[in-house]
Amino acid sequence: MQTTHNQTEAGAVGSHTPVNIDEVMQQVADHKGCGTSGGSGKASCGSGAGENDLPKEIWDKVKNHPCYSEEAHHHYARMHVAVAPACNIQCNYCNRKYDCANESRPGVVSEKLTPEQAAKKVLAVASTIPQMTVLGIAGPGDPLANPEKTFKTFELIAKTAPDIKLCVSTNGLTLPEHVERLSQYNIDHVTITINMVDPEVGAKIYPWVYYNKKRYAGVEAAKILTDRQLQGLEMLTERGILSKINSVMIPGINDQPLVEVNKAVKSRGAFLHNIMPLISAPEHGTVFGLTGQRGPTAQELKALQDSCEGEMNMMRHCRQCRADAVGLLGEDRSAEFTTDKIMEMEVNYDLDSRKAYQAAVEQERQAVVAAKQEELQTLAGAHSDIKMLIAVATKGSGKVNEHFGHATEFQIYELSTSGAKFVGHRRVDLYCQGGYGEEDALATVIRAINDCHAVFVAKIGGCPKNDLKAAGIDPVDQYANQFIEQSAIAYFKEYLDKVASGEIEHIVKGDAEIRQGALIAA
Amino acid sequence: MAFKIVEENCTGCCACEPECPNQAISEAKGGLFIIDPAKCTECIGHHDEPQCVAVCPIDLTCIIDDNYPRYEAA
Ligand code: SF4
Ligand code: SF4
Ligand code: SF4
Repeated sequence: MQTTHNQTEAGAVGSHTPVNIDEVMQQVADHKGCGTSGGSGKASCGSGAGENDLPKEIWDKVKNHPCYSEEAHHHYARMHVAVAPACNIQCNYCNRKYDCANESRPGVVSEKLTPEQAAKKVLAVASTIPQMTVLGIAGPGDPLANPEKTFKTFELIAKTAPDIKLCVSTNGLTLPEHVERLSQYNIDHVTITINMVDPEVGAKIYPWVYYNKKRYAGVEAAKILTDRQLQGLEMLTERGILSKINSVMIPGINDQPLVEVNKAVKSRGAFLHNIMPLISAPEHGTVFGLTGQRGPTAQELKALQDSCEGEMNMMRHCRQCRADAVGLLGEDRSAEFTTDKIMEMEVNYDLDSRKAYQAAVEQERQAVVAAKQEELQTLAGAHSDIKMLIAVATKGSGKVNEHFGHATEFQIYELSTSGAKFVGHRRVDLYCQGGYGEEDALATVIRAINDCHAVFVAKIGGCPKNDLKAAGIDPVDQYANQFIEQSAIAYFKEYLDKVASGEIEHIVKGDAEIRQGALIAA
Repeated sequence: MAFKIVEENCTGCCACEPECPNQAISEAKGGLFIIDPAKCTECIGHHDEPQCVAVCPIDLTCIIDDNYPRYEAA
């Protein structure tokens, strides 16, 4: 078992020549955004901006996947099972002893499921939440550093719940040796976290990697990692497996270099790029937390996402959820499905009732799109340079249906004469360990949506209404239980009319704060 | 000497277990891991560096256990 690994071997990885992947890329990466064109049953992916249709086989893979389709994420749920505790690299934004806020990782000992327990949990959740269509393995370590547990879990679920899509999220270090097996198990979505393509930058993010029985440090480690990541990505593309690239934006370290990452992954056929903000606080005990490395502001994040958008689909709805998250994105129902509870649950997996439920969801989703398209007609011909953000309180289904005071997050839409575009979300739940308890909750909300002109809610009390107005944010409750995009376009049209008539003056809003801490169970 | 795992530091992540060439590492109470000193060869004859040390995410968790004499390769 002697392994004498050396640099030459790692170097050889870099000189790997990709086969011609142009054809696959033509299908996957060349389109920019794809939207449901009313009634056709197609939906948007990534930014959800355009309307180009995807080739059918790709469409079938993404249409009900809440992470790959921004539109689907309002309607379909996902779950993660934490079967993979081991990891093979170290990141400066992750403290392996405690919950990690950036990668979807709960503290290692806190949740460890066997593949059998995980399979039972999936069935329990699938029976309780029929719109749960996706199972992901994302941690708490690296799923591909725990190949036996990861693949055993996939195997069990493919047998008992064949309608559930399987996906995996990895740091990419061992991806090349697992691509073949991933494709055998019909895993059609793989997420790779890529924070750099320049090893000099990587050395500031990764103190070490464990590769071929050796620990490497510094630039050498980062070089191995980036070579393996990009090689793995090429291999996925060659096999038609959809890939999403996650990047953690670390101001001053990799913010500009991420534009290079975007180019590198696009040219290798990545389907979607998801730039996420660094979450960093001293109490997380991470290297970045302790050195005071800050995360980006909402404007910095959006500017970087916008600058990459011309290149490819950008995902803006990622909630950086935990390795044991359950529910719609932005919601966490994992507390209902603890190991003790699921072991006692009577599970009745009924494929037909799941299908019936999903058919109803599909109708609802098409109604959302039809309403948006209809409203968009009214904007036709309107010309204005005004762009503005609004915050929306929603429980899902694409409607304005949450009370202001109950919202744990707001979805952010950018309004312009080209319509309403989902551009992100802001968390406003109180972070348990962060010491926010003392603070006035309303002030926290205002800071989080300070860049928005209006907040759409189902209901709101008199006091917060006045405070919001004072902060220059218009509280709007007239669209309660109506479709978000339709309402937003109607609102924007009225706003433009008022500006034109001189009734109001358009002001450019300031920046907003990104909430720190992992999404926690409500 | 053999290696040992410092209990307070171990996260139970199990990264070390499959890497040990001698199957010296196993899961113990509370989901933490232990090394059987009788099986540990400090990776001598197998790898350039002790694998448990190389892969463990927490520094100073897999360390030399002074209670045992130095391992001698046969
Ligand atoms: S971590 Fe991001 S990519 Fe994974 S399920 Fe959550 S939102 Fe989707
Ligand atoms: S690798 Fe380290 S932290 Fe993980 S189980 Fe082994 S000794 Fe414990
Ligand atoms: S030093 Fe090597 S042989 Fe000893 S426990 Fe660690 S991995 Fe196993």
